[in-house]
Amino acid sequence: MSRSNVVLLDHWVSPYAMRVRIALWEKGVEFESRQQDLGNKSELLLRSNPIYKKAPVLLHDDKPLCESLIIVEYIDEVWPSPPLLPSSSYERATARFWADFIDKKFAEAAIKTWRSARSAEELEAARNEFFETLKQLEEFLGEKDYFGGETFGLVDLALIPFWSWFSAYEKFGGFKIESPKLSAWIQRCMERESVAKALPAQEKVLEFVCMLRKIFGFDQ
Amino acid sequence: MASEKEVKLLDFWLSPFGVRTRIALEEKEVEYEYKEEKNLILGEKSELLLKSNPVHKKIPVLIHHGKPICESLIIVQYIDEVFPSKTPILPSDPYARALSRFWADFVDKKISQYALRIWRLKKGEELDETKKELVENLRMLEAELGEKKYFGGEDFGLADIAFVPFTSWFYSLQAFALLSVEEEFPKLTAWGNRCLERKSVAKSLPEPKKVYELLSARRKELGVE
Repeated sequence: MSRSNVVLLDHWVSPYAMRVRIALWEKGVEFESRQQDLGNKSELLLRSNPIYKKAPVLLHDDKPLCESLIIVEYIDEVWPSPPLLPSSSYERATARFWADFIDKKFAEAAIKTWRSARSAEELEAARNEFFETLKQLEEFLGEKDYFGGETFGLVDLALIPFWSWFSAYEKFGGFKIESPKLSAWIQRCMERESVAKALPAQEKVLEFVCMLRKIFGFDQ
Repeated sequence: MASEKEVKLLDFWLSPFGVRTRIALEEKEVEYEYKEEKNLILGEKSELLLKSNPVHKKIPVLIHHGKPICESLIIVQYIDEVFPSKTPILPSDPYARALSRFWADFVDKKISQYALRIWRLKKGEELDETKKELVENLRMLEAELGEKKYFGGEDFGLADIAFVPFTSWFYSLQAFALLSVEEEFPKLTAWGNRCLERKSVAKSLPEPKKVYELLSARRKELGVE
């Protein structure tokens, strides 16, 4: 299969785009990454994702796929090996539940730690929400090596990109994330080539978030 | 064949998310025990619900062989995988599956929060803005449907199941927000009627008038009217 069959409309700092990169590299799929300028969206992006106008978008044989978890499930189905989802239906439902939790609860809480000018109360609430969701994730991880059990899977892939944003959450949320369980899991994930390649350095993400906050006018 | 005790559904008659799971079970002709969370509207949740869905504490929850599955679209996909039938809910082609999931997810992200909030808003800016968002998104949905029989084409599927429960709310949208889906979205209206011809849908959808009565009563309690 030629390289240009798989094109990723990409964005280096987006955790959602990182998920797709990880999935493609886990599967050993060659793809072309095209960095998108989200301040000046390309025709191709707008045409491929007219509903949300966001990256990531996967173009497989020119057919667009949007929404990171949907893209990852597609990748898993088209390139089945190694599997990212478990084979048992109940475990698949569990994996999808926690990936969805990460989107609905964790990511929402994480954004609130940096994305607005807030009162002390709002910041406190944001902090509490963030730690509450983290706690729930830790509980689900338990003593397992990965969220899916013994092998790296959907939930791990869904969560690990946000680790590159931890410095930003900590700095603007005014807290330190200390979790030995999660730290062990993070290290395990970062040992995978796909993850190490996909995640940008925390300093770069922090720089990016600082810049965003200036643009939004949250910092003087 | 699933025995009665094998499959349990914790639900509330009004919930569009619950309706999705009921439709899926009916499509697969699964025998199940329906357990209504009777006092959900008062904020009361049963022990079983809290035990089965400790993370979100919400219905619907499917309990299969004692194991809970939560989140309606996840439940529907589980049902599709576990209970075979002549008519699968998701197609077999991976790209078609992705599209199905995309549009079901669109209903969750872009329709449900507006449709389910609009009834409790007083006349004013928030109501107008919510209505505007809802109309814009319904327009996208209708454009996607186009001339197709169902969202997936010839076959009734996940995206249809995701949206069809909201058709029970159209009457209330008209009454409370002066939004006539029939007038503004003829394709969606025709699609809704086509879906109603399916036994699974006819059996599972709450009556629009009953939805209206409940919402109307709640509006009075909340002082919206």
